[in-house]
Amino acid sequence: MAKFRFSFYATMLATGLALAVCGSAAASEKVIKIATQSPLSGDQSAVGVDIKRGAELALEQLAGPLTEMGFKVDLAPYDDQANPDSGVANAKRIVSDPQVLAIVGHYNSGVQIPSSEVYHTSGLANISPANTNPKVTTRGYLEVNRIVGRDDVQGVVGADFAVSKGVKTAFIVHDKTAYGQGIAEFFRKRAEEIGIKVLGFEGTEEKANFDALLSPVVAGNPDVVYFGGMAFQAAVLFKQARERGYEGMFLSDDGFDSSDAAKIGGKTLIAGGGTFYSTVSGPASVYPGTAKFIADFKAKFNADPQPFAAQGYDSMAISLKAIEEAARANNGEIPSREAVTKAVRALKEFQGITGTFTFNEIGDPEKAQYFVIQVKSADPNEWSSNEVVKTLDIAPPK
Amino acid sequence: MNRLLRSINVTELLRPLGHVLAFSCGSAALMSLIAVSLALVLDRTVVGADLLDRYNVTLFTYTMVNLPQVVIDGLTIGFVYAAIALGYTMVYGVLEFINFAHSEIFAVGAFVGVELLIALDATGILAGASLVMAYAYLILAILFGMIAAGALAVTVERVAYRPLRGASRLVPLISAIGVSFLLQDIIRLVESLTTGQFNRIMPTFGNFDGRIIFGKLAMGNSTITLGIAIKSIIVIVAAVVMLVGLNYLVNATRIGKAIRAVAQDRKTASLMGINVNKIISLTFLVGGLLGGAAGVLYALKFTRIDPFVGFFPGLKAFTAAVLGGIGNMTGALLGGLVIGMLETFAGSYMGVFTMGALGSEYKDIFAFSILILVLIFRPQGLMGKHVVQKA
Repeated sequence: MAKFRFSFYATMLATGLALAVCGSAAASEKVIKIATQSPLSGDQSAVGVDIKRGAELALEQLAGPLTEMGFKVDLAPYDDQANPDSGVANAKRIVSDPQVLAIVGHYNSGVQIPSSEVYHTSGLANISPANTNPKVTTRGYLEVNRIVGRDDVQGVVGADFAVSKGVKTAFIVHDKTAYGQGIAEFFRKRAEEIGIKVLGFEGTEEKANFDALLSPVVAGNPDVVYFGGMAFQAAVLFKQARERGYEGMFLSDDGFDSSDAAKIGGKTLIAGGGTFYSTVSGPASVYPGTAKFIADFKAKFNADPQPFAAQGYDSMAISLKAIEEAARANNGEIPSREAVTKAVRALKEFQGITGTFTFNEIGDPEKAQYFVIQVKSADPNEWSSNEVVKTLDIAPPK
Repeated sequence: MNRLLRSINVTELLRPLGHVLAFSCGSAALMSLIAVSLALVLDRTVVGADLLDRYNVTLFTYTMVNLPQVVIDGLTIGFVYAAIALGYTMVYGVLEFINFAHSEIFAVGAFVGVELLIALDATGILAGASLVMAYAYLILAILFGMIAAGALAVTVERVAYRPLRGASRLVPLISAIGVSFLLQDIIRLVESLTTGQFNRIMPTFGNFDGRIIFGKLAMGNSTITLGIAIKSIIVIVAAVVMLVGLNYLVNATRIGKAIRAVAQDRKTASLMGINVNKIISLTFLVGGLLGGAAGVLYALKFTRIDPFVGFFPGLKAFTAAVLGGIGNMTGALLGGLVIGMLETFAGSYMGVFTMGALGSEYKDIFAFSILILVLIFRPQGLMGKHVVQKA
């Protein structure tokens, strides 16, 4: 009996092994994976999920040339939870998978910066759809590229805009992340240069009770309250400030660009001096090339694209194009990560849906667009119809 | 009717109201005194000059003009803490055990109330509701939150604590921490599966966002509008009603007598014919009801909730309970108010007093340093009585 049982197990094991061998045999038919990392759960998932969806759509539509060359291209989505720890842990898993040749990733600079150290050490090309902190590229890594502008410009754009609205005094609040504090500091620097009096500069991780923080804000009655950080905090702060009787203008950054802001803030964003935000990603409709993208996105996901979805699409498109070039140079075989990394930088005048991209020597786009947008409706479904009040083309600082 | 009226113990209704008034005024006066004297001292120094430059006002005037608003904010959050702290303190009084899952019971109450209002909002009832109906819906949401939280508290006690009652004191404590994590993730799971998102926003309806304006004060270049948000009044009134109700239940009814008996000596109480298990369940029920109501009120006041929303208010309410003397209900009220005031004063004035070096982000340092000080110099808490360890 014991013998029978042993042979039964042996058969099972053999079958399992055989299946595993078949499986890996099937996989070896030239599979390429492109990973994405963005917050798919939590406070910032509204935007994070749409970055992934944008990339997914691009993969579906633009993988043609690679498929013709005999490759199978897969998407490997990861959830960084807007948390540096999760981002780095995912990054380690991503680089340990040899089939991954590029990573489209990160919504938060605070997550991208540590995660890209991992990409850098293993030579994996990273195209960022949304990270604006200067440090993303100023470290000079060959692997790291972004298709959007930078906070040292965006903060200046915000401050200049404030002055153009006649602002004399400002109170600045930030969320203490690399991104939020970074842009708030650039805003402050520029504001002081051009004669805005900064009444206060405060960091907070608070998400609900801003009463104490608001006392000095409301007491100073500044012309503008600036928030460097994400919508889920900013909108609560703005709402409570209005409830405390603040009547001036609110100004925030591209982290504010999420329909959640309207969901939380509602009418308080429209009241008084109104709410404005600077961003590196206009509503999908401002780009000439995105009409088809919006239609396809709606057809596939049954919702309007959130900000940065189109950038997710373009980042994936750039990854695919670079892999294609590198594969051609490698006689149709799977290229090395190094070759892909170099191919990304070698792309000239790549025609995306949100612009034409050429990366400079540190991975910034040679010219980036900056927008200032005004919140027009308290209805979250109307978020994408917010009005662009200012558009600027600016090259990255040297 | 007359007999019913006579059976109401008026002293037990008035006494807690007196406490509320005394503690509110006392803590407000003490904190104001500290703030104002600090302002007077710092006014002649570089701190005052810095403020004069930025706000065009002396530090003393700034402090005085902001004082009423700060006191109102401190009271509002103080009463929320007090309502949560009562849940900790009641359970501790009866079982000598810290129910760390109480903060999640608070969160569940908040979620149930807010989900109900979101559902009502989706049908369009809320938007068109008259003022009376808006209040009715809010009360309905608070009741739902209370019932859910109360039922959950009783269930948690039955499932996770009662089987461990004979074990050493550390065991139920660890069980409570486990329950706390479990509940957080259950909220997250349920919300993610049903709504796809686990951060919920309190719908806007009624006149709760409005403010009652008392007047305007000129200060430097600007004017300060003195006022109180209607929802702050709701929070304070609801919390006071709950505190008085609980005090009456414990100190003036037969059930309360049974609770006190069980708290004093469980074994003897059971010999006297008190059903100890029932009384303990009841204690958890009452604590849960208060926690659930506090959850909905918290959501009303601060708009946004997530599955981890209970953590910090829970921690601070626990601090408040310890500060006041854990196991002592009047102490929980005092502790809640003191912590709420302290944190609001610190958050509002610290930035100005330190020229922006230490902003309101450090406000929690004060609450927790006070806890440490109290534990060192008066381990039984401000109002706690020193008791010899029961055998």
